[in-house]
Amino acid sequence: MSQDWNDENTPMETRNAFLPRKSDALGRHVISVLVQNQPGVLSRVSGLFSRRGFNIDSLAVGPTEDIELSRITVTVHGDHALVDQMVQQLYKLICVQKVLVLDAGQAVERQLVLVKVRADMQSRDAVMRVVDIFRARIVDVTRETLTVEITGEDDKIAALLGLLTDYGIVEMVRTGAIALQRGPGDIKQSAQRL
Amino acid sequence: MPESVQKTYSGADILLECLIEQGVDTVFGFPGGQVLPIYNALYAYRDRVRHILTAHEQHAGHAADGYARASGKPGVCIATSGPGATNLVTPIATAYMDSVPVVYVTGNVPQTLIGTDSFQEADIVGITMSVTKHSFVVSDVRKLAATLREAFFIAASGRPGPVLVDIPRDVQIARCSFEPAAGEDLIPDYPPDHPALQLRPKGEKLQQFAARIAPLLDKAAALILQAQRPLLYVGGGVVNSGATLAVQELADKMDAPVVSSLMGLGAYDPQTPRYLSLLGMHGSRAANTAMQQCDLLVAVGARFSDRALGNAQTFAPNARVIHIDIDRAEINKNINARLHITGDARVVVGLLNQRLEAQDHLRWNQDIMALREVEPGDPHAFTPRNILHTMHRVSGGSLSVATDVGQHQMWTAQHFPFNRARQCITSGGLGTMGFGMGAAMGARMATGKPVALVTGDGSFRMNLTELSTLAHYGIPVVIVLMNNGTLGMVRQWQTLFFDKHYSNTTLDRGPDFMKLAQAYGITGHQVDTVAGFEQAFREGIAAGLPCLIECLLNIDEMVTPMVAPGQPINEFCLV
Repeated sequence: MSQDWNDENTPMETRNAFLPRKSDALGRHVISVLVQNQPGVLSRVSGLFSRRGFNIDSLAVGPTEDIELSRITVTVHGDHALVDQMVQQLYKLICVQKVLVLDAGQAVERQLVLVKVRADMQSRDAVMRVVDIFRARIVDVTRETLTVEITGEDDKIAALLGLLTDYGIVEMVRTGAIALQRGPGDIKQSAQRL
Repeated sequence: MPESVQKTYSGADILLECLIEQGVDTVFGFPGGQVLPIYNALYAYRDRVRHILTAHEQHAGHAADGYARASGKPGVCIATSGPGATNLVTPIATAYMDSVPVVYVTGNVPQTLIGTDSFQEADIVGITMSVTKHSFVVSDVRKLAATLREAFFIAASGRPGPVLVDIPRDVQIARCSFEPAAGEDLIPDYPPDHPALQLRPKGEKLQQFAARIAPLLDKAAALILQAQRPLLYVGGGVVNSGATLAVQELADKMDAPVVSSLMGLGAYDPQTPRYLSLLGMHGSRAANTAMQQCDLLVAVGARFSDRALGNAQTFAPNARVIHIDIDRAEINKNINARLHITGDARVVVGLLNQRLEAQDHLRWNQDIMALREVEPGDPHAFTPRNILHTMHRVSGGSLSVATDVGQHQMWTAQHFPFNRARQCITSGGLGTMGFGMGAAMGARMATGKPVALVTGDGSFRMNLTELSTLAHYGIPVVIVLMNNGTLGMVRQWQTLFFDKHYSNTTLDRGPDFMKLAQAYGITGHQVDTVAGFEQAFREGIAAGLPCLIECLLNIDEMVTPMVAPGQPINEFCLV
């Protein structure tokens, strides 16, 4: 955790822990949560976020290398104090084993988007050129549409979707971000401590 | 032993065996279709596990809670599926807010029917997810024993809390082998770094813990050394960890006055000169003023509830805060701490005491003690204060007091001098009207010592049906009913903040409480003098039977002092 109140040098700008500190704008954070692979575990995690009034931007969940464990990746907006609360509240769930906040720069982050875009005889070539520039893939074609698959970080995906909007997006679906820390370490070693 | 001759147990039998191995001798509950196998096992085990049948599941739930609060051991409550289970939601939430270890066991429809909206089916695990410490659905009888052991462990470990175990009917009937366990074998097979295993270290782990927090203890000691106006704030965590003596030593070494949260009542002896009484909305002038003036606040096992803080932004403006709590999530949740130490209060405070030299803050203590209330006027006036003082004087300190919620609760918190942990049984966090009757019953069953219920006419209407339970089992709870003919606390707010619009608070209606007592076969007294109360109360305690003492109070009696919600806690709107 980048904020350590046990460090006496940390300035105390406010008494009320609810109020965001001015020096600490509402950043985006990726929280990785290693959980026991049990029924209801996703409800417990998502229920915790809603009950405590933490807003989730995205959530992705899937199995891991260990059959007993699943990994949930949550992206949130908030200051460090709020993220610290999220981490500590997550640790109170019995099904949660490890929690790791992956700060930008220290992690590889991706999400997958499938987007169906209008593309008829006139516009198809133009759409395909845009798709090429982003190293995205076309995975389905009809007379009226192209379905595009793209993986990447938020910025890249936002840029492509911005361009495709001009042609008309019929529908789309996205997985939500997943992330792993860079380097040889894993979540079990690097997890936030109690 | 070949499988064919190995003894097998039904799921219901395994439940009873697991209760016995946990040392549970009393459970509270109410039967129904989907717990019939469990009730059949209760019949078979009736000489080893006593079941108290309440009139309503809610009060069985509160009784298990009161049992746990009074004894420190997990309470157990059993209810059937659907409405039986949903009637437990309020008790579960009550126990959760006040960190009480209770294992709630519900039946559910057979697994083949789950999800079909079958008769009396409810997703009780889903419904209670946000108010349980943890919950289980048992899908296989072979996992039942391990699940129950885990449930008891989780309920009582670290920061305690309620755990729900939902057992479908087919799992209660299914059979498998069962091996009794004891001691270490009752602790679930968690990885060694599991949070639940780290919090109350013993032996070698205690040494490691002490070494790990040593730098923090040094810093805490340095902060205490620098302080000129230190204050100690004790909460329910001191009760839960049995840290009373350690905290007394800390206060003496710091030479600091002491304030308490509602849940901390009894953790610090009120008859010692340091004690400033309750903090917060209905806190004493001395306590709230000391909070605003102190330059160091040491909070032990307290969570800075809004009712204790008043306004977080203006709270303790001059103080550095040292926060000691077993739940790391409480740190910097409501109030930012300069320094925090996560761990069991008794362990951490004990280690801190070893590092502290005795301090001397004579002037600060004199200034603050001067603010303590002097004993007010007429000892014969029939006031809540005099009623509570009489209760204490007559009972000689052996009495535990359960309350419901409202004015009578605050009067009890202010005026009954609780001087031992687990003596005060009250719903602090959730503020559950109707809590007291079951809680008093559970406390009495757990301790076998005298218990009074202080209640109001509003709360009493929510649980008076349990008079039948008290009468049937002869549970000698002395009920002190403060009848002011109104929902007094709400009326107080209407008086102060809503232009005396007494909307739906005046209880100008039955029942006749003396006739009610008679109908349930309980002795009733109606009193309107201190002398009359004293006589009735003496008789009630001596009789060893449940009784009801109705105290007729003025409808406009208020709880004072009072700080309006959201205001700085030294700015009283009522004195």
